Amino acid sequence: MNIAVAIDSVPQAALPTTSEAGPAPKRIVVAYGFWIFLLSDIIMFAALFASYAVLVNSTAGGPAGARLFNQGTVAIETVCLLFSSYTCGLMSLAINSRNRLGMYLAAVITFALGAAFLTLELREFAGMIARGATPQRSAFLSAFFTLVGCHGLHVTLGLVWLVVMMVQVAVMGFVASVQHRLLCFSLFWHALDIVWVGVFTVVYLIGVSP
Amino acid sequence: MNLLGKLDWSAIPVHQPIIMGATAAMGLVVVAVLGFITMKGAWLYLWREWLTSVDHKRIGVMYCILALVMLLRGFSDAIMMRAQQAVAAGGAQGYLPPEHFDQIFSAHGTIMIFFMAMPFVVGLMNFVVPLQLGIRDVAFPTLNSVSFWLTASGALLINVSLAVGEFSKAGWWGYPPLSELQYSPGVGVDYYLWSLQISGLGTLLAGINFVTTILKMRAPGMSYMRMPVFCWTALATNLLIVAAFPVLTAVLGMLLLDRYLGFHFFTPEAGGNQMLYANLFWVWGHPEVYILVLPAFGVFSEVIATFSGKPLFGYRSMVAATMAICVLSFLVWLHHFFTMGASANVNGFFGIMSMIIALPTGVKIYNWLFTMYGGRVRFSVPMLWSMGFMVTFVIGGMTGVLHAVPPADYQLHNSVFLIAHFHNVIIGGTVFGVMAGYTYWFPKAFGFALDERWGKAAFWCWLIGFYLAFMPLYLVGLMGMTRRMQHYDNLAWQPWLVVAMVGAVVILGGIVCQIVQLVVSIRARDKLRVTADPWNGRTLEWATASPPPAWNFAFAPNVSGIDAFWNSKRKRREQATQDEPGPVRAYEPIEMPKNNATGFVSAFFAVLIGFAMIWHIWWMASLGIVGAFVTLLAFAFRRHPEFEVSAEQIARFEQAQEAGAAP
Repeated sequence: MNIAVAIDSVPQAALPTTSEAGPAPKRIVVAYGFWIFLLSDIIMFAALFASYAVLVNSTAGGPAGARLFNQGTVAIETVCLLFSSYTCGLMSLAINSRNRLGMYLAAVITFALGAAFLTLELREFAGMIARGATPQRSAFLSAFFTLVGCHGLHVTLGLVWLVVMMVQVAVMGFVASVQHRLLCFSLFWHALDIVWVGVFTVVYLIGVSP
Repeated sequence: MNLLGKLDWSAIPVHQPIIMGATAAMGLVVVAVLGFITMKGAWLYLWREWLTSVDHKRIGVMYCILALVMLLRGFSDAIMMRAQQAVAAGGAQGYLPPEHFDQIFSAHGTIMIFFMAMPFVVGLMNFVVPLQLGIRDVAFPTLNSVSFWLTASGALLINVSLAVGEFSKAGWWGYPPLSELQYSPGVGVDYYLWSLQISGLGTLLAGINFVTTILKMRAPGMSYMRMPVFCWTALATNLLIVAAFPVLTAVLGMLLLDRYLGFHFFTPEAGGNQMLYANLFWVWGHPEVYILVLPAFGVFSEVIATFSGKPLFGYRSMVAATMAICVLSFLVWLHHFFTMGASANVNGFFGIMSMIIALPTGVKIYNWLFTMYGGRVRFSVPMLWSMGFMVTFVIGGMTGVLHAVPPADYQLHNSVFLIAHFHNVIIGGTVFGVMAGYTYWFPKAFGFALDERWGKAAFWCWLIGFYLAFMPLYLVGLMGMTRRMQHYDNLAWQPWLVVAMVGAVVILGGIVCQIVQLVVSIRARDKLRVTADPWNGRTLEWATASPPPAWNFAFAPNVSGIDAFWNSKRKRREQATQDEPGPVRAYEPIEMPKNNATGFVSAFFAVLIGFAMIWHIWWMASLGIVGAFVTLLAFAFRRHPEFEVSAEQIARFEQAQEAGAAP
């Protein structure tokens, strides 16, 4: 139900101000708490970004980013992940209209895109390691594998979470707690996109610029 | 392949009598406690009502118990160091060999910060904040239980390091390259890293929980500017936790990667950068200082207003000062290493910021003084701690501002002058604060007060002991003594270090008084029984019974100003003179979260993972991860997470309370 419409039907003078209204409904509390968690997660990424920025030139005679990164692969990865956010949005719409089939379909596409992203990333990692550009080679590569790998780890956990949520809907139906968790999942998935935009810019775009 | 990784019988330090003695003593205490519980047949009660509890009050109490136990452990380390430095002068080597002394100072710092001060402030917030906000529980009760048990897991791992293997010798910040595998090949640093990662995760989850609780779950009518100051300081502290702890997780994670997988974040070769560690560590570390002290400021604000019988002077400026500290605390971290050799401008900026952050603290001190001014001050134990704090903390603050001047810091860096400074603010601020809070809220938690005479004796021992122990350190610091010395040649320092040792013994007297106080009070609990409002309090926690029922409040309180309970008492007095009974409201059933073992079980697996990773027992670590995941699934698939407290039960409780309060 549209929240704006619900509020419009109540006379404004009868409402206390938001800060005096008493405890918020569970759905708001859960989503708010999850937002705070996401912010803390983004701060952790900020520390990893900062370390990468400090160490990016510490190649210790090893290869630099410009020699390692394949922009074609990264572009496909980016498209996969951004498009999976779109299908994740479709999934949220399907959930709001209690359309199970639509939800499963959107979830499958989201999962497939996420898995494709992950596969491409792992192939990139494997290729680099095969060429001797291991995280043990230089501080730059340590920071690179940690930053990008940490994002990849988040995507992996997101995929596991998505599977668990689909099972939850199948077993428990659209009960309130499951709906709250689906909401949190979509927040999580979109947040990973935002982090990826940062990774894409700081690591891959700036990394290959002369 | 070895099934137990690096672990074998040589990990038990059998040839070191001091360690084995301490281990045996700790083992005896644990066996005695377990035996006592078994003798009383209390296991089932303990499991159902405490270990699996999701009630914020019980979790808060368990946090405080953990903190008090770890205080004993951390203090033993302290008094051992003082004894060592009192005797190891000239040619003497004292009784502690260097590698043991190094472990002791590392363990002392780690334990006191992470497993004494942190659990104590989080415990007080846990107990008090929902009551002061007039609500039934925190936003995520089960998550709260997980937070506590993860903290306890970290504490357990640190204590295991005493008996199995060793602890870090790299100081409580674990600076590389010393903490890298090359220079610390043992398991000590791994114990340090894993116990902090696990407890840090618990703290982060607690921070998220409390920010959400305070911002989204206040009683009807409680706008931001009507919140008690303790809730404001709790909000600031938890915002700092959410913003700072992820950085600690990241930096310790990088050190773990260096040590386990041969990465090069902080190694001396392959381009690693040790100052990156120092910067990231203190980006967490300086806010951490305020995470510890802000709740103590909150306690003092409550205590001083209550025991002066006046509203807090300058409520708005207090709130502004708290939030200013919250923001500024992220702009001063570099003063921990002015000697790094950053440019004069960088040092100048952080020096000035470090001076500015003293201003809001000064505002607070004046507010407390003006609150007392003209009030009818009652010199009860919590008030004594508060006044001891004001004097001590001002001294500590001033020696701190000295360090904010970079050229002065070049002289004082890593001297025991610095040690004296930060103990001056941490003991004078945080420890005095949690002790005031412990005495102040103890009657609310258990329904009986702590013995006043033993409390006063404890306070005076702590206060006098503190000055005896740390004022001499300022002097020897200026005389050139650096920190962490296992022995020294300069005999001129020795008399002062003997005085410091005496001070530590006096503090020990204070701790003994506190233990006696607890025992005496429990025995005389029937005489010390209190009503809901033993101190003539001002905030909502005093509006409900002592101890409060699981549901805290039968009706959600309606708040119309600051000092909500004080105002309602005044209104009730006015109504009583008019002789008009208030309207009678019918009790309604209340939904409460069910107790569950998610926290306890996930912490069990966290210990398993931590221990296995420390000793490279890979199969056990995998088992722990699978176990933790299954625990999470079991929690997610629960069918009926809540139960209902019936209206009759609430009515019975309320009637019993009124009957008890009537005579």
